Amino acid sequence: MAQPLLEVRELHTYFSTYRGPLRAVDGVSFAVARGETVALVGESGCGKSVTALSIMRLVRRPGRIARGEVLFDGEDLLRKPEADMRRLRGGRMAMVFQDPLSTLNPTFQVGSQIAESLRVHGVAAGARAWQLSAELLEAMGIPAARQRLRNYPHELSGGMRQRVMMAIAVSCEPELLIADEPTTALDVTLQAQIMDQLARIKEQRRLAVLLITHDLGLVSEFAQRAVVMYAGQVVEQARCGDLLAGPLHPYTQGLLRCVPRLDRPGVEIAPIEGMVPDLVALPTGCRFAPRCRQVMDRCRVEMPASRPGGDGRMVRCHLYDGDADTIGGAS
Amino acid sequence: MAQPLIEEQAPETVAATTPGMLRLLLSNRVAVVAGAVVVGFAAVALLAPALAPHDPTDQHPEAIRAAPFWHAAADGRFLLGTDHLGRDLLSRIIYGARVSILLGVVVVLLTLVMGTGLGMLAGYFRGWPDAVLSRIADTLLAFPFLIFALAIMAATGPNLVALVAALAFKGWVDFFRVARGDVLAAREADYVTAARGLGASTPHIIFREILPNIVPPLIVLSTLRMATIIIAEASLSFLGIGVPPSIPAWGTMVADGRGDIAGAWWIATLPGLAILALVLAVNLFGEGLRDALDPHMRN
Repeated sequence: MAQPLLEVRELHTYFSTYRGPLRAVDGVSFAVARGETVALVGESGCGKSVTALSIMRLVRRPGRIARGEVLFDGEDLLRKPEADMRRLRGGRMAMVFQDPLSTLNPTFQVGSQIAESLRVHGVAAGARAWQLSAELLEAMGIPAARQRLRNYPHELSGGMRQRVMMAIAVSCEPELLIADEPTTALDVTLQAQIMDQLARIKEQRRLAVLLITHDLGLVSEFAQRAVVMYAGQVVEQARCGDLLAGPLHPYTQGLLRCVPRLDRPGVEIAPIEGMVPDLVALPTGCRFAPRCRQVMDRCRVEMPASRPGGDGRMVRCHLYDGDADTIGGAS
Repeated sequence: MAQPLIEEQAPETVAATTPGMLRLLLSNRVAVVAGAVVVGFAAVALLAPALAPHDPTDQHPEAIRAAPFWHAAADGRFLLGTDHLGRDLLSRIIYGARVSILLGVVVVLLTLVMGTGLGMLAGYFRGWPDAVLSRIADTLLAFPFLIFALAIMAATGPNLVALVAALAFKGWVDFFRVARGDVLAAREADYVTAARGLGASTPHIIFREILPNIVPPLIVLSTLRMATIIIAEASLSFLGIGVPPSIPAWGTMVADGRGDIAGAWWIATLPGLAILALVLAVNLFGEGLRDALDPHMRN
């Protein structure tokens, strides 16, 4: 495989708390190839968003990146000076956040916010930037884009705001777009529209996308590969088809049991019992053990290692100890 | 121009015709009247030499405590009468506006800039600058203003520079606290993270992302502070430790008229009404400004 656009290696991001370090991201590794869409999946609080912020080096006190590497186009972002990072952010890598109302500055017209991004990165300024902003909004499927530029964020609907955020994100032709739950704040019909739009700009601009979500429906539709996180660790990685057809990790299996299936009527929706572990006082052994249906004695004492399989597949579970060969061909 | 989109209709399809801040302000009748009064006072202060019928310090021994125009015994030369030294009240009130407005503006600008600057510093960078500045602010808040001002003015004697210093000494604390608090909140806002994510630098974040969001409360606070400062100056002048006695000031005039309150009540009351009118107008205008500055009100 050619060098991936983004490669995260053994990333550790901790937050200091009065009770000790909270290990929000604890040894996460995965890669995103050029033009590929990778989904980062997991429950709230599993470390998905902190992983994304760590990649952009936007983690703020009391959080800090303890160790690891974030290779972007072969260069370790964690060693770059802040000034270089600033040029990268919004330039070659951009981010779309969950709530577009709070991520747009309420005091400026949306047009000037798009134009500002163009200006900061030296793409265009003045009337030219304004013109480009209108074109970007139009490309995001906003009707009467030119008039919309003069609106303040609170005057736009949720879907339009998210389109504006996407316009800002792609304004400087990034190579990597990190979308942190881009549709969570929107209703279902809008979700589909926004995701279609995202898929369209991804095709047009040959973007690599890291899609952070807890929605397995989105994963199957939009991503080529999925990385499943639990309690700060990657527990399973696979191509989306493989993951959905034959999940290996009991956590992934549990997640899939939570999704209603139209193609298998009669199958009960079963929530995963229990709660996400306390990230300050983590259990020894496997972090999912307290909630796992197939838990074994060794799971409670020994942390399973991540076992690679063929085809970029990976799982972290004692069930597969010793039969690494079978992992790849599971589907 | 509308593309075939089943997109939700934004409630504000009027789009681009967002009324500006000015238009919103002008649609608020109370604010317009209040603003007109403030502008009127400012114009009077500016044009005092042209408007005043007499020199405010000229004494007219032949017309001491002359009655104002509505009185049967009014002296036609003095529209609002004269005080115990025979000085024309109208001219003194006109000149008195100069001191009140000038001191109000200077002190508010001074404290606004100082308080906001320090507040943003403390709120954005936290750590020891915040600890030091906040403790200083707390200490100053524990000072009774009048006693402190009395001490300064008693030490230096009535003069304008000392007066500005006395009024500004703890006035910046209000701006500091508001600015610090709002920056603390704004720096955690998602749009700041988003701006960072788009490559914004720290100065850009402070001045372009955060500052515009904390300006409206500061402007409103400025008007409130302006009213307070005008009253404080009048109080100090009333006590005889504010504006030097040679400069006509409303507070001094109220004090001068105190002795005649039973017989010639207007000598103390008219400058008092001037203080009331200006302070009220400033406050009402500030309120209108607050509404107009809030972008959420602009539709």
